[in-house]
Amino acid sequence: MPKIKISKGNPALDMTPMVDLAFLLVTFFMLTASVRVSEPVIVDSPSSTSEKLLPDNVILITVDNTGKAFYNINNFDVRKKTLEKMGQQYKITFTEKEKERFGKMTSFGVPMTQLKQYINMDDPQRLKVKSPGVPLDSLHNELGDWIQFGRIEAARQAKTQKDKAESLGRTFKYEPLRFAIKADGEANYISVKQVIKVFTDKDIYRFNLITNLEGGEKK
Amino acid sequence: MAEVNTGDGGGGHGKHEKKRAKKASTRIDMTPMVDLAFLLLTFFVLTSTFNKAKTMEINFPAKPKDLKDIPKINNALTFLLTREGKNEKEDGIYYYYGEFYGPNNKDGKPVTTFIKTDFSKEGLHKILLDRNKSTIEALDKLEERYKKNEIVDTTYKRLAIAEKGKKDALTVLVKSDDKAVYKNVVDAIDELNVCNVGKYAIVDMGQGELDILNAIKKK
Repeated sequence: MPKIKISKGNPALDMTPMVDLAFLLVTFFMLTASVRVSEPVIVDSPSSTSEKLLPDNVILITVDNTGKAFYNINNFDVRKKTLEKMGQQYKITFTEKEKERFGKMTSFGVPMTQLKQYINMDDPQRLKVKSPGVPLDSLHNELGDWIQFGRIEAARQAKTQKDKAESLGRTFKYEPLRFAIKADGEANYISVKQVIKVFTDKDIYRFNLITNLEGGEKK
Repeated sequence: MAEVNTGDGGGGHGKHEKKRAKKASTRIDMTPMVDLAFLLLTFFVLTSTFNKAKTMEINFPAKPKDLKDIPKINNALTFLLTREGKNEKEDGIYYYYGEFYGPNNKDGKPVTTFIKTDFSKEGLHKILLDRNKSTIEALDKLEERYKKNEIVDTTYKRLAIAEKGKKDALTVLVKSDDKAVYKNVVDAIDELNVCNVGKYAIVDMGQGELDILNAIKKK
């Protein structure tokens, strides 16, 4: 009678395919995903059937459910320059370090008077404070100024990039600056309308309204 | 567990055995590597956002330089958005066709009656499909021609846009009062896009309309 052979070998499993798989997934996620940035407000945007993607070069105004407005512009250099210009306008000087910090921040919703303090906070602290929103009434239309300066600086940066590319003999693909509004579904339409009015006063009439893709089919 | 299995240090002891090459295993324990890979994987999965935000493009009308420049609307359908019911928690949507006639209007026309509807498939969607029938049919014909390769895609797109913007095509006005929420406005615009309405605008509600709307809501 043959005995049952018990293998005396090492019970270790060959892990190589597993490593392959894991690193494949890691690579995939690294390449496809963008880092989630912490926003000062959580906004639940309404859903729509639109499948257009948000362009990269945008000035983004977030409106939360209480109607407060938050401002964000994407590019690091443009942010720094915009802050500098806003400082000149409102007679507040920002140090180089503050500009640097501001450049790395995301949306913010504080008036100019509190901005310096806001910039100098730590990240966790900043998430805790309640932002009053960027003022946008006709007396203190700071949002309008932010948009205006952001626009000018974005255009200037595009110009320098274009010049640089041309001096190197490359073609430069210019992506126009777009204006996006991301509002909470429960926000009163009046507050969104106010933001839109700030834009139309600056002769900007085309917007991207940020929505979630609607689940389930429609039609 | 983590040591490299080096075998038994080679054979060659026995009389009859030939001299064999060392049987050292070249295997490395991959377990720590798997650990690391999955750790990274988890990190990327948790910190990343996949889908870029979707957006809905929308154009707002520029301010007319002269009030006389405002063109007359031929085939108008007006939606009035509001909130109603207990604590004004329910979405309310009313509509009327054609021009608005308030009480005691100059033309002596009867006062416009608002019809109540809702955001469901049987409500808003059906009304729009019904009213926009001619455009939708024309677009279907175009699509058929495109599918049969009678026209190229640029022509198809151009004709589709022209069809939607035709002079007698349905024009929808979306008006909201100060109770309406942003979600309702987006839902309404989305429905317009789904139903191929090419001409629509978000405009302010007139006082006359607001009065009637408030009277209806009180009932």
